[in-house]
Amino acid sequence: MKVSVDVPRCVASGQCVLIAPAVFDQRDDDGLVVLLDSSPPPALHEGVRESALVCPAAAIHVTS
Amino acid sequence: MARENDAPLDPPRQYARFRHESPITRISLGSGAPDAWLVTRWEDARTVLAHSATSTDMSRPAFPTRSHVAMPPGFFLFQDDPVHDVFRKVLTREFMVKKIEALRAPTLEILDGVLQRMVSVGSPADFVEHVALPLPSLVISELLGVPYADHEFFQHHSRVLIEGTVTGEQKASAQQALSDYLEDLVVRRLREPQDDLITRLGRQLSTRDAADVGSFLLFAGHETTANMIGLGVLAMLQHPEQLPLLLENPVGAIEELLRYLTIAQSGLGRVATSDIPVGGVTIREGEGVIVMLNSANRDEAVFPDADVLDLARPNARQHVAFGYGIHQCLGQPLARMELQVVLPEVFRRLPALRVAGSVTYKHTAAAYGPARMPVEW
Repeated sequence: MKVSVDVPRCVASGQCVLIAPAVFDQRDDDGLVVLLDSSPPPALHEGVRESALVCPAAAIHVTS
Repeated sequence: MARENDAPLDPPRQYARFRHESPITRISLGSGAPDAWLVTRWEDARTVLAHSATSTDMSRPAFPTRSHVAMPPGFFLFQDDPVHDVFRKVLTREFMVKKIEALRAPTLEILDGVLQRMVSVGSPADFVEHVALPLPSLVISELLGVPYADHEFFQHHSRVLIEGTVTGEQKASAQQALSDYLEDLVVRRLREPQDDLITRLGRQLSTRDAADVGSFLLFAGHETTANMIGLGVLAMLQHPEQLPLLLENPVGAIEELLRYLTIAQSGLGRVATSDIPVGGVTIREGEGVIVMLNSANRDEAVFPDADVLDLARPNARQHVAFGYGIHQCLGQPLARMELQVVLPEVFRRLPALRVAGSVTYKHTAAAYGPARMPVEW
């Protein structure tokens, strides 16, 4: 799985950080998304997919 | 549309028929309001709310409301980009997950205080007056730096802002009163800075913008969560067999309660700023749309047995209770944290909690919830 984030689209809803904290974080200065792991291990895939699905700004992209 | 009296926690049953027969349909709002499209399915709701060609400007004549009113820039929910984006970005760091997590312990302490006061008053007591409303009011007051002693003032004007039966003039005047009050606080904080949000807003924005943003957060930060706390308790009292799930996994349980209860009963209004094809119809440029979040969250296509409360529902988090798209609730980490702290703890402290009299509901407010909720324990 390959994950990428579109920071300018991010609206800092924080849902990805709550669902998959090992993959996503928020920048201290503005709360926008930080990608911690662009090739997360299989155990984290479900959380990443759910994060992409619920992201209100469609700022998370997943390719397998 | 009215709820059925025997099902105060369910949206009006008519929405289920709309979802099946005419998921996107023209409706009349009456009272001189413009006709609008009603969107009732989850997928269509997300399509419209995520579409860039939509406006949330309530002063547009096509906006689906009976009270057209221009909100100041600081009420950024009602602004389009780029104005919306400028204000939201000033606030995103304030509501980031790690900052809100740090408020968990203080929130539990505040809950301790309000529960103790209710218990000392003795049963029966109104749960809304003693817990559901003061808890989020105290939390947002502390976060902003607003004296809680003024709570009757700001709670009153917030109720006017969220009420569906008031005129545009009444809303504008409630907004003005809140903003004038906040402006006075901003000026004082600029003179004597504190470690609070009002001080930080005052440093980054003009005094008036800081006051408007502050009053918007004050308003949005307590009315909504108060309703969810009250309804959440009522839902758990109706489903005591699921209480262990709330206590063991409050994170997942709260997502299902948000889905099932969806307080935003009058939906989210938008005006199409260009043609939007959705669900087999085309919403034309200049037409109004109402996206029914409570209907979308009961959509069987996404949530099997959607009318059943199931605190173990695996995909509950896909709900749109906080909206969707760029305007999705900024305060959602705060709301989640408060609900995760409050709902399990109320039942831990008061295991015999029960309703003691008739509960009244806010049928005409934009956010649904109990108005009065007598309880004993």
